[in-house]
Amino acid sequence: MKKNKRNYSILIDLYFTFFKLGLFTIGGGIAMIPIMQDLVVTKKKWLSEKEAVECITVSQSLPGVIAINMATYVGRMKCGLLGSFVSTLGVITPSFMIIIIVWELLEKLGNNSYVYGGFVGLKSAAAAMIIWAVIRIGKNVLSGFFKWMVFIAAFISLIIFDIDIVFIIIVSALLGIGYIKYKERGESK
Amino acid sequence: MNVLLSLFGTFIKIGAFGFGGGMAMLPLIFQGMNDLGLMTSSDFADLVAISQVTPGPIAVNAATFAGYGAMGLQGALIATLGVSIPAFILVNIVYEFIKKFRESHLVKGVFAGVTPATVAFILAAAVIMGKATLYLSGEVQLIPVVMCITSLVMLGKFKINPLLVLMIMGVLGVILCG
Repeated sequence: MKKNKRNYSILIDLYFTFFKLGLFTIGGGIAMIPIMQDLVVTKKKWLSEKEAVECITVSQSLPGVIAINMATYVGRMKCGLLGSFVSTLGVITPSFMIIIIVWELLEKLGNNSYVYGGFVGLKSAAAAMIIWAVIRIGKNVLSGFFKWMVFIAAFISLIIFDIDIVFIIIVSALLGIGYIKYKERGESK
Repeated sequence: MNVLLSLFGTFIKIGAFGFGGGMAMLPLIFQGMNDLGLMTSSDFADLVAISQVTPGPIAVNAATFAGYGAMGLQGALIATLGVSIPAFILVNIVYEFIKKFRESHLVKGVFAGVTPATVAFILAAAVIMGKATLYLSGEVQLIPVVMCITSLVMLGKFKINPLLVLMIMGVLGVILCG
């Protein structure tokens, strides 16, 4: 098995490839997907096109930070458990450093009225980006009675009743399992 | 020490149950931090804005920001590791059973149920953030509301790059609110 060979140069390569991915993509894991694909398939030739699609599918259907899921998967494939560890560390490092620097800067400049004004503008645009994400993702996801009901019930439980989100997720998952079972029984008849 | 442990537990939970990527994980972070008494909705609005304008995965940015704001470097480290560890473990497990995972009806079912819920979570993040940014202390904030609607039109109708929209609004904010 090639994948378990501990090759230090590939570990360093994995770390810096995912470091770059974390450093140069703004907009989170979903924005990273095409860039990762290009990097890992075309440039580094670590994964075939098909393997990359599988990695993306798995990363999106598991819980957790999508970028970390992808980094762990690719690292694991290339260099075993150590590879997955190094890749994950790589994709986290830039965020960690940048956020702390930004936090300290804001703390020092927070009383400056121009910085405050700029931040108001950023927050307004950031709110718009989230609303836009709801519309875009909602259009893709919400179809049929079942999905609309889960969507509405989850929203009301959270915003009006402030129910623990973990509980909402577990109930939604159970409902989904029941729904798929019911649908498949209907189809087989 | 006790608070650090609760912070770690909270972020492990966020990492283990947060489906659907960074934006859908934001309300989990708010709820968890709010329960610990470490975050107000105004802090949350800052966190969302910063996580979106800085590079890197949104959830990692948000975890580092929340942890650092609450408990300094230790907090940042604990929160970031907490949110990352479940993904790391889960992917490594699933990797061994990849075929079974892909064909599993259980996985399909979980996905079918959780996906519409994640859309609700993103909407909830928008509501919490909107309240803290657009509607402050019982009053509608006119300039932020106009900037938000303008951004939405730029993103949705004219398909302008989100980063450019953020920069334009940042500059407008300096001019109009500075």
